[in-house]
Amino acid sequence: MPPAVRSPAAMRNIHAWLLLLPAMAFIAAFTHYPAVNTFIHSFFLDGRGGAPAQFVGLEHYQYLLEDEVFHKALVNNLLFACGTIPLSISLAMTMAFLVNAGLAGQSALRLCYFVPTVLPMIAVANIWLFFYTPEYGLLEQIRGALGLTGVNWLGSEATALPCVIAVAVWKDAGFFMIFYLAALQQIPPSLGEAAMLEGASRFYYYRKVVIPLLMPTTLFVLVNATINAFRMVDHLFVLTQGGPNNASSLLLYYIYEVSFKYWDTGYGAALTMVLLGFLALASIGQFGFLERKVHYR
Amino acid sequence: MSQTNIYDSRGLARLLDTAAAWTLALLWALPLLYAVWTAFHPSEFSTRFTLTAPLTLENFVSAWHAAPFARYLVNTVLLVTMVLAAQLVLCTLGAYAFAKYDFPGKGVLFALVLMQLMIMPDVLVVENYRTMGAIGVLDSTLAIGLPYMASAFGIFLLRQTFKSIPKELDEAAAVEGASTLQILWKVYVPLGKPVYLAYALVSVSYHWNNFLWPLIVTNTTNSRPLTVGLQVFSSTEQGVDWSIITAATLMTSGPLLVGFLLFQRQFVQSFMRAGIK
Repeated sequence: MPPAVRSPAAMRNIHAWLLLLPAMAFIAAFTHYPAVNTFIHSFFLDGRGGAPAQFVGLEHYQYLLEDEVFHKALVNNLLFACGTIPLSISLAMTMAFLVNAGLAGQSALRLCYFVPTVLPMIAVANIWLFFYTPEYGLLEQIRGALGLTGVNWLGSEATALPCVIAVAVWKDAGFFMIFYLAALQQIPPSLGEAAMLEGASRFYYYRKVVIPLLMPTTLFVLVNATINAFRMVDHLFVLTQGGPNNASSLLLYYIYEVSFKYWDTGYGAALTMVLLGFLALASIGQFGFLERKVHYR
Repeated sequence: MSQTNIYDSRGLARLLDTAAAWTLALLWALPLLYAVWTAFHPSEFSTRFTLTAPLTLENFVSAWHAAPFARYLVNTVLLVTMVLAAQLVLCTLGAYAFAKYDFPGKGVLFALVLMQLMIMPDVLVVENYRTMGAIGVLDSTLAIGLPYMASAFGIFLLRQTFKSIPKELDEAAAVEGASTLQILWKVYVPLGKPVYLAYALVSVSYHWNNFLWPLIVTNTTNSRPLTVGLQVFSSTEQGVDWSIITAATLMTSGPLLVGFLLFQRQFVQSFMRAGIK
């Protein structure tokens, strides 16, 4: 054995690499390798009946420009993001303020807000499906009692996407609340006392002191909410299957349909590249945030 | 838990705050309360709310017999156990290397690991399906678990924890003649216990609830977890009434829900810790 390998520094390097090896192997096999392969396969047409895949260059990407279902899913996904992100974040903040205000039964409040988070989306979607059901559903019964005419909530193009957004907000708000609660408890009460001495109103104190102090948390939650907006599709399987007429289809759901219903995995790969692009945008924010956290330590 | 704040509302404003908080809470709990009502009453009461409605367990019995839920439950338990065990081992080893060693390529490797936070296995379903086909494990619990076994989130979380443990502790252990793995096992793992608990709770609830990837990679009863089983059940049995579907829904989420109610404090605190570390 050459002396260099025996030196303590070299041994430490080898130890470190060995410790990392299993985790890196898994991440490489199921994250990096498929990500690179997605890129490669997006230039190929699947061979049918055992034939080898055929190189088609940018054909899939050109088709993206014409594919109306893709355009619809893309617009829907952006609307879904624009609906769920601000709503769930502002509700989460409100919930955290309410739970933190020392009101009667605050642990029961926290429980109610948080419970949707631990339930499987696919299971709760079944309950929501019944809420939205025409005629028998709870929503229609309430409206019926008020003398309003029937609406097919999930069955009409105008209301399907908002209904799906409502379920997503309901599921996520309590989860994000937890992070705000943790941050609120780090704010020293002396800040409030100082603001009170200065004669600041309650509204002013929250707007100028508390909410700015929560900014790092808001950034963290924002990134997570954005990622969720592009990967949360479980409820679509139960509620709308992307319908009616793709009015509630989202990108990942369309990828699923293209790849596993029509088995056009080459085009599915091109679609996945678009999705990865959005996630990359979201993660630029996340990396900045994590880096700062790391350096502060 | 919360300290009194000078800006906490008083008098009438407090009354209004309390009313608002409880209205929101009721709204949030409504779907679950409704599911409990429907599941425990005969189907003719699924939209009629009378206090005298008779209670019944019939819906649960029917649902249990209508689909192989026992098998699904076993599959889910196997899945979450297998994934968690693999994650704990792989993430501990990786996090220790990142926290306590300086080696060539560390920065690049760490960045490569963090990439998984953005490109989650959830969105790489097409290519991972291909991989599972190539290694011949399609339609198995192993196939559902494989992409999640090394978790960037776990590595990041544990790395932060290990970094905060003073170096003197393992130097002392090294003087005593302990090997690297012994130091890790005897010093670092015990000190990281609360973080392990937090991570375990997050991981179990995530994989218990996961749906899209298991749906894609399984196609028989032998490997389907509860979530996929529930979906197959409720979408094929269109004639089944709502009471039975809500009973099945509650059964699917039941064990997790009961666990959550029993360990509520730890659960909430774990999620908090996992998020802010």
